[in-house]
Amino acid sequence: MPEVAVRKKLTAVEEIFHEGGPVATSPLRRAVALAVIHNPYAGGYIADIAGFMDDLKPLGLEMARSLVAALGGTASVVEGYGKGAIVGSAGELEHGALWHVPGGYAMREVLGGAKAIVASTKKVGGPGTRLDVPITHINASYVRSHFDAIEVGIADAPRADEILLALVMTTGARVHARVGGLKASEIKGEDGLR
Amino acid sequence: MKASIRKIAVFLEETRTEMGRKVDPPTRRAAAVAVIENPCAGKYVEDLSELMTIGEELGELLTQRAVAALGITPSTAESYGKAAAVGENGEIEHAAAILHPKLGAPVRKVLGKGAALIPSSKKRGGLGVPLDIPLGHKDAAFVRSHFDGMEVRISDAPRANEIMVAVAVTDSGRPLARVGGLTKDQIKGEDGLR
Repeated sequence: MPEVAVRKKLTAVEEIFHEGGPVATSPLRRAVALAVIHNPYAGGYIADIAGFMDDLKPLGLEMARSLVAALGGTASVVEGYGKGAIVGSAGELEHGALWHVPGGYAMREVLGGAKAIVASTKKVGGPGTRLDVPITHINASYVRSHFDAIEVGIADAPRADEILLALVMTTGARVHARVGGLKASEIKGEDGLR
Repeated sequence: MKASIRKIAVFLEETRTEMGRKVDPPTRRAAAVAVIENPCAGKYVEDLSELMTIGEELGELLTQRAVAALGITPSTAESYGKAAAVGENGEIEHAAAILHPKLGAPVRKVLGKGAALIPSSKKRGGLGVPLDIPLGHKDAAFVRSHFDGMEVRISDAPRANEIMVAVAVTDSGRPLARVGGLTKDQIKGEDGLR
């Protein structure tokens, strides 16, 4: 099993007070955890890569915990989540797909049984590539007020033989959400959708 | 608070390896960025004292946020920097009014010391414009290992009538610094230069 070699990490927290409308009574907070790791499969086609998913689990947990800490330390404040990956130019998109299981597992573990699928995106790109990580409600994918996205990236990553891994969490709806649809208060919580 | 803040973003970056070598302890730097309304946007305003007062407020707030992200005792901070990006309806002079007259004193007050000039950069730009915050040692500007820069950006700022104001604080110099010059253990700390 290849070891997960982390070159750098970045956490970022945004606090949104308003966007031209009424100032929120409690600001929306959105947190990002990024890790830049060596891609053990860069440079050639390797058929068997799936084992790396298990190797990534501890890093996923570390990142998920850092997000909860960045949002105030209590998992119960988290209402939205998402994940993503940018694979450096010597890797393939499939290497980014290795993040689906450990990234999602880690957030569910830390949040204590979130039901909705974790929205995700990925791409291959060079240093400074930006990724718009999609965000949805943690218990019901159709909650319209929580559809969001946050742009992430690091100027010097990913290098060719690296992967940039991203997890994001938010504390609520868009700051001036008002386009209807399923509300968080209407969630049934049976199927992860509604 | 005089500043009308739309959002605050805090970035914490930790470098653990560089070119395959372990960085031990990891280098860490934090940037706190406020997106504020520009009270002088869209017209020529002769007296920029309102922006100077805003600079003073943000100097304290953003330094506190950056230090909190690093989780360090303020006096152990090693380098710092500041920067501002003015939206398209503002003047570069608005950035100067925020950064130069009054922002520095509260930064130094929070950190306990800071004999050296706070390096700065400014620009006018649109949404998502990257801000390269220059960094220099807080007590001796000539410490070569601490000459650095940190890029930050917020995808939805600055809007035309906004200003992005950033303060960066580190607890370390560059990873694997090895180009000579004055080192931090040689600081005399009398003139802010050496």
